[in-house]
Amino acid sequence: MTAIEIEAHIRDFLTNNFIFDPSFQLGSNDSLMENGVIDSTGVLELIMWLETNFDITVGDNEVLPENLDAVYSLTNYVQRKLMAGMAALS
Amino acid sequence: MLVQHLLETGADLWPEKIALVCDGRRITYSELNADANRLAHLLIESGVQQGDRVAILLENSIEVAVGVFGALKAGAVFMTLHPSMKRGRLATILADAEPAALITDRVRMRDNAGVVAQVSSLVCVVWSDNQAQPLGEGIHAVEWSDLSLYSSATPPCQSLESDLAMILYTSGSTGQPKGVICPHASMIAATESVNAYLHNDANDVILNVLPLSFGYGLYQLFLAFQVGARVVLEKGFAFPARTISLLKEEGITALPGVPTFFALLLHYPDLLKGDFPKLRYITNAAAALPTSQLAKIRAAFPHALFYSMYGQTECKRVCYLPPEELDRRPSSVGVAIPNSHVYIIDERGRRVPPGEVGELVVCGPHLMKGYWRSPELTAERFRSDPLSGQVALHTGDLFKMDEDGYLYFVSRKDDIIKSRGEKVSPLEIENLVCGMEGVSQAVAVGVPDSVLGQAIRLVLVRTEGSTITERAVRSYCVRNLDDYMVPKYIDFVLELPRSENGKINRREVTTAVSPKAV
Repeated sequence: MTAIEIEAHIRDFLTNNFIFDPSFQLGSNDSLMENGVIDSTGVLELIMWLETNFDITVGDNEVLPENLDAVYSLTNYVQRKLMAGMAALS
Repeated sequence: MLVQHLLETGADLWPEKIALVCDGRRITYSELNADANRLAHLLIESGVQQGDRVAILLENSIEVAVGVFGALKAGAVFMTLHPSMKRGRLATILADAEPAALITDRVRMRDNAGVVAQVSSLVCVVWSDNQAQPLGEGIHAVEWSDLSLYSSATPPCQSLESDLAMILYTSGSTGQPKGVICPHASMIAATESVNAYLHNDANDVILNVLPLSFGYGLYQLFLAFQVGARVVLEKGFAFPARTISLLKEEGITALPGVPTFFALLLHYPDLLKGDFPKLRYITNAAAALPTSQLAKIRAAFPHALFYSMYGQTECKRVCYLPPEELDRRPSSVGVAIPNSHVYIIDERGRRVPPGEVGELVVCGPHLMKGYWRSPELTAERFRSDPLSGQVALHTGDLFKMDEDGYLYFVSRKDDIIKSRGEKVSPLEIENLVCGMEGVSQAVAVGVPDSVLGQAIRLVLVRTEGSTITERAVRSYCVRNLDDYMVPKYIDFVLELPRSENGKINRREVTTAVSPKAV
């Protein structure tokens, strides 16, 4: 899956489950927390979706804003996890 | 003593000590005090007068602390508002409080600028992110960077201890937010009492992940500043790995939380495997922590004392359980805080014996003054105590007391929901969604939830012929309700359960496992 595809999935999920407003412009580096897109319990939902949708495991120590608090960081994080998973398989 | 004297004394005694850490910034007592002085001069010059309200609508940040103390130093009354507050609630509160100034930022004004522009009492809006935009005629827009133009000397202040320092809005059972009016003297009394039993001192470092719009979060500043301690301020507790790393990096000694915070920490057990020898105590308030979670938290932080507490905005804190009693009475919220007393009465106002359930009544210098512009509601809750002649707070919460005088929360007398530790008025949600086309009736209730304490369940009846969807209602709620008020479950039924006299039977909605969804 390319970074563009991952980002599109993430944006769809956020729009359909948290934002609802299609006119809301969310920049790739905008903080999801500071912009009121997700709240403290929303992060739990986000993690569950990441694990199911991308078949990855989010480690307890990875629940950090630098991994999960913006579309750009989420995309990078998922891509790193997918690549690590493939490396482990090969 | 005035509330701002906590900071001013701190700046005299410990000028170079770090008072606040937030977003990677560290600010000393003297710097914080100087910035608050500059803001006070700015507010005064902008036309804010003695007793005027200054609203602060921001996420947790150093600017909120400067705003709180700057407003007080200008002789004004501050009000911190929840950063996720949406248009409807914000409009109601601003119309009620008529603030002269607002401290906010562009993110908060994205959807709310129109509301703010309608507030005729406003003379000035201070933009903490330096992204000022015009909001309306007569409203002076000021950027935070302008503070540097003002004097850092303490401005003359005419406030008295009996004057209001703060209005803190909380959800009321009428569906309208109510402003609890808080005099300086009551807030100082509450601060001194809580510090007396927590034994905070200048070596303490408090991690505050709770919003400063919430008394429990806000008072962490006052508790710390009274003793020269430090507050590490976070914007929330969404990222437990960050919270845990801060415990180590910042040498945190005190960790105040609510059950949802502890539930989230426990969700990531690997994080709790470390050792946290500096953590001296943990406090829980806003709702009871389930016994199973309490045991896990105590196991994760074996060196820390654990305080179960209960309070209300109307008096800040009511009671606390001394940690040494926790094993003996794990479900108790303890005894009255120092320099106060409590008792329990029946419906006729008579004191009940141990073991009997009744309404909790609180007396002491920490009682606030009542509700902003609501004399009837104030008279209902703040009544004269027949024995002492002093004012007593009738909490509206049902309690019982054991033979040794320890208190146990039983339930609320009203329908208020406690979700994520925050009070939510079901009527406020019901009134909102009943305004949607396609919804004829609505009822919101709290249902047990392992993370939220209570999750909000909204049950709706459609108008005839309507095909309104769960998604449409959810979208509307997200756009119009503060984040903690958004229902987790939304169901449609053909009719709501009603009692014989036609009133909606909320209990049945709460306990129904699966309503007749349609």
